[in-house]
Amino acid sequence: MNGLDLSDLTWLVPLPVVLPLFAAGLALALWRNGKAQGVISVVALSLVLLSSVALLVAVDDGPLVLDVGGWAAPVGIDLVADRLSTLMLTVSAAVTLCVLLYSLAQGVEDGDAETPVAIFHPTYLVLTAGVANAFLSGDLFNLYVGFEILLAASYVLITLGGTGERIRAGTIYVVVSLVSSVVFLLAIALTYAATGTVNLAQLAERLPEVDPTVQLVLQVLLLLAFGIKAAIFPLSAWLPDSYPTAPAPVTAVFAGLLTKVGVYAIIRTQTLLFPDGRVDDLLMWAALATMVVGILGAVAQNDIKRLVSFTLVSHIGYMIFGIAMSSEAGLAAAVFYVAHHITVQTALFLVVGLIERRGGSTSLDDLGGLAKIAPVLAVLFFVPAMNLAGIPPLSGFLGKAGLLQAGVAQGTPLAYALVVGAVLTSLLTLYAIVKAWNKAFWQAGPAVPVEARLPRGMIAPTAALVGVGLSLTVLAGPLFSYTERAAATLRDPAQYVNAVLPDGTRGQGKSADVAQDAGAGTDPPEDVSGDVRDDDAREDVRDAPEGGDGG
Amino acid sequence: MIDMSPSVTLVLVVVALVAVGVYLLLERSLSRVLLGVIFLGNGINLLFLVAGGAAGGAPIIGQTEESEMSDPLPQAMVLTAIVITLGMTAFLLAMAYRSWQLNQHDEVQDDLEDRRTARRAAADQAAFEDADADVLSTLAEDAAEVRDETGDAEPAEPAAPAAPAAPASPADQGGRR
Repeated sequence: MNGLDLSDLTWLVPLPVVLPLFAAGLALALWRNGKAQGVISVVALSLVLLSSVALLVAVDDGPLVLDVGGWAAPVGIDLVADRLSTLMLTVSAAVTLCVLLYSLAQGVEDGDAETPVAIFHPTYLVLTAGVANAFLSGDLFNLYVGFEILLAASYVLITLGGTGERIRAGTIYVVVSLVSSVVFLLAIALTYAATGTVNLAQLAERLPEVDPTVQLVLQVLLLLAFGIKAAIFPLSAWLPDSYPTAPAPVTAVFAGLLTKVGVYAIIRTQTLLFPDGRVDDLLMWAALATMVVGILGAVAQNDIKRLVSFTLVSHIGYMIFGIAMSSEAGLAAAVFYVAHHITVQTALFLVVGLIERRGGSTSLDDLGGLAKIAPVLAVLFFVPAMNLAGIPPLSGFLGKAGLLQAGVAQGTPLAYALVVGAVLTSLLTLYAIVKAWNKAFWQAGPAVPVEARLPRGMIAPTAALVGVGLSLTVLAGPLFSYTERAAATLRDPAQYVNAVLPDGTRGQGKSADVAQDAGAGTDPPEDVSGDVRDDDAREDVRDAPEGGDGG
Repeated sequence: MIDMSPSVTLVLVVVALVAVGVYLLLERSLSRVLLGVIFLGNGINLLFLVAGGAAGGAPIIGQTEESEMSDPLPQAMVLTAIVITLGMTAFLLAMAYRSWQLNQHDEVQDDLEDRRTARRAAADQAAFEDADADVLSTLAEDAAEVRDETGDAEPAEPAAPAAPAAPASPADQGGRR
């Protein structure tokens, strides 16, 4: 554990968090030099992508756990890389890199007139660090910190430039996000009060001993906090309003990643902390409402950015559906769907950015005939759009098919209702997307400014991302079996707990050796393990203090 | 067995702070929302102290008896949360000021595009009809003019939307919730 042992890939675990943070500091220091900032960002995110891929392969043999700073798990903070988190990490790293290249090209093209270049790169890097921290965190409070890092960065990005419309939409976004953060913090405080720990693995051990009503309160509070972030139906109204106003690359990365971080947190907490699935019915209803209401919203829009935002909300419902089934098949399909949706949704928003550039507008009333003027753009829109709607043999179809199969296998009336809702949503997605396609690309429309050319630097990353989306189809077999293994791990929380706490009570940090002396077992839930100690002080204070009520 | 009995005073303070915070959060003016967030955040921070059990001495080995230490973990978490709240407060203040700079008010507005969609629906227009034809203002102009609640009680305000108005004057008590 101590020292760098290269055969043990644990040293890779913190890189996706640490690298972007360092790069962000460096980029901020070089705020006068836009080019250097760009190079730093690209290098940092490429390294993150490489380490994520390495982790993805490495953790297939079992989760990697890093006790940060050598403090053993329940006391110290641990980063846990398992199949689910590294898959999320890899997809998000690929997506953030593509979007970065896109925004660099856009910046070159616009002469950085629109975005204050000094702020963009550091903030963007901080955002990716926050996302990675949320994915890797093995600790509820660290998860909160990860959320706050990415949210703070997203507040800056969504109000970039401070124009009137962005401030208006950003206000709503910020206030709603703050509310969800407060709810999350409340849930953490109550969790700590009930169990005396915020470590996810230890929580998984202790929560079953907590009173079921208290458990339910904690579960619902966490769901509420993550539900706002993931934009599940009654909590989703903020999204279609705030996302479309940001610059295209920012919207793209938000749409791809931020809601999925919420979905990831739901998967993690529901499977690890509350495996008995007591709110599954509630989640089912929420999933149904999210799908149907979201897509009906999309049908009503005549602005292509808002239309795509509404489909984003709608398709979150599919993932929630998969989670709510609480079965291995459902979870596997949901995880696959998340990976598919991150790439497709981000690609779509990048394409919409290109449409806005080429056609001068995102309103379907002002667009037309783009298929003739810009055939490349038409292809770039058509492929992810059809992928989103779930046309075979694209990955959207495979993800939906997996979900429907799992739903039918479930066999309850509610599951069948969800299956019908999912098919209906898929059809309505097709309807909305085809309408946009007809209006913007197929029909002759208002004259489009001729001088607007699409820079290759922006097309290439978009095409790359569309290609990644297509590769999910080609690689669907291995990927699906990977998500099935991931789901199997998720359904068996003991694996996670054993990885984090090998002897049942302690992680592997330096401080674990200290604890060996006394060997005091944890005594849930009375034990309040708040014994952060100096390494020199070789005493153990794990035994809960008795009657210490002196004020 | 640790003494986990919470201090009633703390609990009452938490209740008061959270209640005030939620009330302010439901206001339209961003300045008030900001105050609400601060109250709410501090209320939750105190809740962490409640969660840590009874208060004790400083948790430093050699200075306090083990049995009399207070739990340091919630304090560490609260410290983090306080720093985060501080940053968010600064950001919200900047946003409220920017909003006032641009629009002479800091109202948290409804989704304006959504209103247009609703208007189209009310007029029985299809979603893809040329709906902007009857709308002469841009969304940015709408944003400056639309004041659902914060501007009601200020009849003295000139008709021109550009007139500066106090974003959250004490007089502006009307038309809430």
